[in-house]
Amino acid sequence: MSLLSLENLGALRGRRVALEGVTATIEAGECVGLIGPNGAGKTTLLRAALGLLPASGHSSLAAMTGAARARAAAWMPQARDIAWPVSVETLIALGRLPWLPRGARLGEADRTAIGAAIARMGLEDYRKRIATRLSGGEQARVLIARALAQDTPLLIADEPIAGLDPASQIATMQVFAGLAREGRSALVSLHDLGLAARHCTRLLMLESGRLVSDGPPAEVLTADNVRRVFAISAFYEATPQGPVFQPMEVVR
Amino acid sequence: MRLAAALVVLCAALFALSLVTGLAAAPAGQSLKALAIDDGTPLSLVMREIRLPRALLAVMVGASLGLSGAALQGYLRNPLAEPGLIGISGAAALGAVLAIQTGLVLTHPLALPLSALGMALAAVLLILALAGPRGGSITLILAGIVISALAGALTSLVLNLSPNPFAAADIVFWLMGSLADRSMAHVWLALPFMALGWAMLAALGRGLDALTLGEDAAQAMGIHLPRLRLLLVLGAAASVGAATAVAGAIGFVGLVVPHLLRPLVGGRPSALLWASGLGGAAMVLAADIAVRVLLPDRDLKLGVLMALVGAPLFLHLIYRTRKEMA
Repeated sequence: MSLLSLENLGALRGRRVALEGVTATIEAGECVGLIGPNGAGKTTLLRAALGLLPASGHSSLAAMTGAARARAAAWMPQARDIAWPVSVETLIALGRLPWLPRGARLGEADRTAIGAAIARMGLEDYRKRIATRLSGGEQARVLIARALAQDTPLLIADEPIAGLDPASQIATMQVFAGLAREGRSALVSLHDLGLAARHCTRLLMLESGRLVSDGPPAEVLTADNVRRVFAISAFYEATPQGPVFQPMEVVR
Repeated sequence: MRLAAALVVLCAALFALSLVTGLAAAPAGQSLKALAIDDGTPLSLVMREIRLPRALLAVMVGASLGLSGAALQGYLRNPLAEPGLIGISGAAALGAVLAIQTGLVLTHPLALPLSALGMALAAVLLILALAGPRGGSITLILAGIVISALAGALTSLVLNLSPNPFAAADIVFWLMGSLADRSMAHVWLALPFMALGWAMLAALGRGLDALTLGEDAAQAMGIHLPRLRLLLVLGAAASVGAATAVAGAIGFVGLVVPHLLRPLVGGRPSALLWASGLGGAAMVLAADIAVRVLLPDRDLKLGVLMALVGAPLFLHLIYRTRKEMA
């Protein structure tokens, strides 16, 4: 079942074309990495797909009502922006808002989802801590848990692992890959091509607002693509422990 | 829940204290009895025509300021936002000043508050037109600054062109804000606007909670930001416009009360709404008792006392914040 379908999606930033003619579909059970250099249009693509900015073409999520979309896809923006000193538990519980009738209190199902999100991100000891007083990396994990608590078929995240330590990066990518194995899906923009190669089932490569490659990591991260789009050379090998991708040199 | 009970008890106690505070000295029990049963005595008249409207207006004005302050801080995601920011109180004050200046105030007891309400309405239409149809917060702040500045300039102009010092003094005293010599007519005039405003602001809790995570995330959680902003502006304008119309400009309540209560509700903007409403009512009741007790024969203005208390209170908050950051 397709969780997101984009047809000829395009968007402007000011007068500049930031996104053009993107057509792609995300099925259940995929962990999709969105890759591309700075300014390639990754954030614009994600926000346009969610209907958060004016766009041309069609996105199945943007076409939904706000309430229906909030139950179809969770969104984790890049900015780790927590306005008030709320507890970690309270913050993660915000993910349940789309499921709560107006004025209702958290029910059994909500508590289960919140508990599962906390467990997935290993935040059991943080429940009562004040979210705004945590380190940047800890806040990122809390915000991912918030998005997980929304319990949607599709999770869309903009650079969710930026600024995390290596263990947290790997653990977080494993959470996304785990969602895919459960039949849910994740669409995440990433700069770490090594982690993208190891944990994503599929990669979308953007260059100047256009989708230039779409397929399994081995097909997308070819020496040619990487050289042309990222201007780097790289080492890539399929090992028994999984694919290994290591950027090497800048090429111009 | 314990906070709610504590704030309700505090408001009720201050309300009773406000009723028995004043120039006409009488035992508290006798005063309250005279309020309950109209026995035709002067005390009964004082209680029903002077003290009751004064206490009721303190609750209504305080609740309006506290609630609007909490809602604006939640929407703008900024603890320094306050109801004056969107320019409604400035515009209402201009309406009142014009009523005093033109002598309209002498034609009918409610001419002044009605003129203030009319100007607040004009300001709200202007702010909505200026801020545009999209839900952004920056345009709202800018529109509020424009209207505040314009209302302030026009108020100064009226003072500047005032034909005699008495009119100017009248205006200056009114601008200081007070609940003295108000009648039940003021209560009945303000109540519908305030109740409408409270209802609109109380409906914002869910959206304000979602905004804890930013505008983008809130929108993705199904919050319709343009609708949220419209309700916020209309709700704050109706309640604060009516509050300014009957009591003059009273500062600090909408700024300090949400700030003080935020830690007690765990930072949740939805819980802060009702808490700040109750807290605002308690603060204005207490201040209005204080102006009568401190200088009974000098007509100390409520707005002046509030600023005198509010500034050091804010200083304490700065001190606390600095200590937390250190």
